[in-house]
Amino acid sequence: MWLYLTPSRRLLSLRRSLIQYRSITLENSARKAAVDKVISPFRSICGKDNVSLGEAIREQHGKDESVHRCRPPDVVVFPRCVEEVSALAKVCHDHNLPIIPFGTGTGLEGGVGAVQGGVCFSLRNMDQILNLHPEDFDVTVEPGVTRKALNAYLRDTGLWFPVDPGADASLCGMAATSASGTNAVRYGTMRENVMNLEVVLSNGTVIHTAGKGRRPRKTSAGYNLTNLFVGSEGTLGIITKTTLRLYGVPEAMVSAVCSFPSVQAAVDSTVQILQTGVPIARIEFLDDVMIDACNKFSSLSYPVTPTLFLEFHGSEHSLEEQVSTAEEITQSNEGSDFQWARDAETRNRLWKARHDAWYAAQALRPGCKIIVETKKDLLESRLTGPIAGHVGDGNFHCLMVVDPNDPDELHQVHLFTERLARRALAMDGTCTGEHGVGLGKRVLLCEEVGPLAIQVMKGLKDSLDPRNLMNPGKILQRGEL
Amino acid sequence: MSGRVLVGVKRVIDYAVKIRVKADNTGVVTDGVKHSMNPFCEIAVEEAVKLKEKKLVKEVVAVSCGPQQSQETIRTALAMGADRGIHVEVSGKDYETLGPLQVSKIMAALAKKEDAQLIILGKQAIDDDCNQTGQMTAALLDWPQGTFASEVTLDGDKIKVVREIDGGLETIKINTPAVLTADLRLNTPRYATLPNIMKAKKKKIANVKPADLGVNLTSRLEVLKVEDPPQRQAGMKVETVEDLVGKLKEAGKV
Repeated sequence: MWLYLTPSRRLLSLRRSLIQYRSITLENSARKAAVDKVISPFRSICGKDNVSLGEAIREQHGKDESVHRCRPPDVVVFPRCVEEVSALAKVCHDHNLPIIPFGTGTGLEGGVGAVQGGVCFSLRNMDQILNLHPEDFDVTVEPGVTRKALNAYLRDTGLWFPVDPGADASLCGMAATSASGTNAVRYGTMRENVMNLEVVLSNGTVIHTAGKGRRPRKTSAGYNLTNLFVGSEGTLGIITKTTLRLYGVPEAMVSAVCSFPSVQAAVDSTVQILQTGVPIARIEFLDDVMIDACNKFSSLSYPVTPTLFLEFHGSEHSLEEQVSTAEEITQSNEGSDFQWARDAETRNRLWKARHDAWYAAQALRPGCKIIVETKKDLLESRLTGPIAGHVGDGNFHCLMVVDPNDPDELHQVHLFTERLARRALAMDGTCTGEHGVGLGKRVLLCEEVGPLAIQVMKGLKDSLDPRNLMNPGKILQRGEL
Repeated sequence: MSGRVLVGVKRVIDYAVKIRVKADNTGVVTDGVKHSMNPFCEIAVEEAVKLKEKKLVKEVVAVSCGPQQSQETIRTALAMGADRGIHVEVSGKDYETLGPLQVSKIMAALAKKEDAQLIILGKQAIDDDCNQTGQMTAALLDWPQGTFASEVTLDGDKIKVVREIDGGLETIKINTPAVLTADLRLNTPRYATLPNIMKAKKKKIANVKPADLGVNLTSRLEVLKVEDPPQRQAGMKVETVEDLVGKLKEAGKV
């Protein structure tokens, strides 16, 4: 790019870079001085053992499971309760230090990278499950509680929390990224299932978005602060408690796999199943490349052709009806016979192919990593990566397998994923269905919502976090603040 | 073989809880701590219910020995599909010293009283890790035992059991009546669903005292002390192999 400038322009550009470099260096040294000052107050708030400057710890807390490189914070703190979180945040606020909340580090958009350094708040010590109300179908959890831990806790009550992203993620982290899972088509995503949040703002103020301890199943009281914070990716506050909507464990579950001669047939079947009102719990699509990878990886022998994985939840009677309706539809779209499974062990085996998709795709090219992108429109695909996704929500993941040490390939794939997201936007969709905006999709967010909505988002950010300390560099771009 | 299966279920501290030792070192903190069914007992109940669903047994009876709260554990077993429960009331000092020997005497007495053809237990409890009750029960009844079962197949009046042992898997064939103990990979226990929990409330739980079964609960063991494992010490980095050997010699390890 630099070579295309005329000599005088090159000089200007060089000067600008030098000035930027100098201001970043000044920023860095100011920040380092601030960090030195806060270590002692941190230690007195949460104890010496819960403040870490160690390189290994900082690096662990500077990256997630995405392809974005590690951006370690300057210090990691491990508060044990919301009072400590609030006190630590006040100290950071007084010294203008960035605050980055950290749950399980299983995000996929680089959301925990400390792009401007600062203090990582690792919330894993706050791991209590509080206030279960089985007859009201709600429970409150702290950030150290993961979704599997919650469901294990609930196993005697007949209740469960169905949102199931791939990772065993922190539930508060899932609230922060508005996570979704394979059964969103029936049970919804975090947006529909978070009833209340306890949030610590950048200046240490603790608020309860729906009122302290409250858990009404519906409300029309005031602005919807709860859903403002859901999906805010740590840029508006630190979530220290979330109250979740629970569901009854289905009486029975049946899974089925069905192969189709074409992508269109599979998609038509999906649309028709939804149209007939079958309350399908999971409907997942795998394309032929993906199935082939899964067969190789998990030693299975599914026909190498577009495939749907379906799961039905309900009472024994309703299952019979649901399955027979679905089977009629798939057969009318030239789908193969259903491969069935009823008991837990066989169902797990059937779904193994879908769950191992990530690893199967990676195994197609050993030594490579995956950039995962979502794409709404399957039909116009010219994709070369294998596709797997939640077809019931119109949400696909195109698993681009890439060599991280090959900058050319990375660049090509990056351009490709942007085109992919733009195609989704062109079909009235979204640039991110599940993973959040994080670092990589900020430009696409502007294209998606438009400059006026971005201005409103900026206004909200300014009002809640005027010093831009909360997870800077995510969701909104630097120039917008 | 059609008949009655007794399944033992034990109420223990939930596996996800961080255990804390009491300040007086006499035991662990149990007050206010979440309790649930021992995970291996869940697997045992699941296996019994599966046998009933396959119509290989007629009735599944869940048994628990302990205080009032043990009834919750029996209710969970009923919600998973057991037909009725027996709560053997043991509380106070007797409950503190209750161990595999007493429980196996109780199970043996119940097996005779209820005319059971099969007893399925978890291989061990996660609080004491004894791994003794199944074996002792079989010995007291003079029944064959299939312990550490990872696969159970009923074959006429015999049972084929695949056992997980140190060297791999061992397959044995035993006569009935028999005692089986469930290992981890035997099955995946079902979750209790709300409709089943509601149905379970209507199922019967009988109350029995150990004295009624002619069982003496006196323990021959006395717990002297319970303490935490030693705190893990920080490691040390050395520059060379010679340093490493030197340090090991200093510590008397070499």
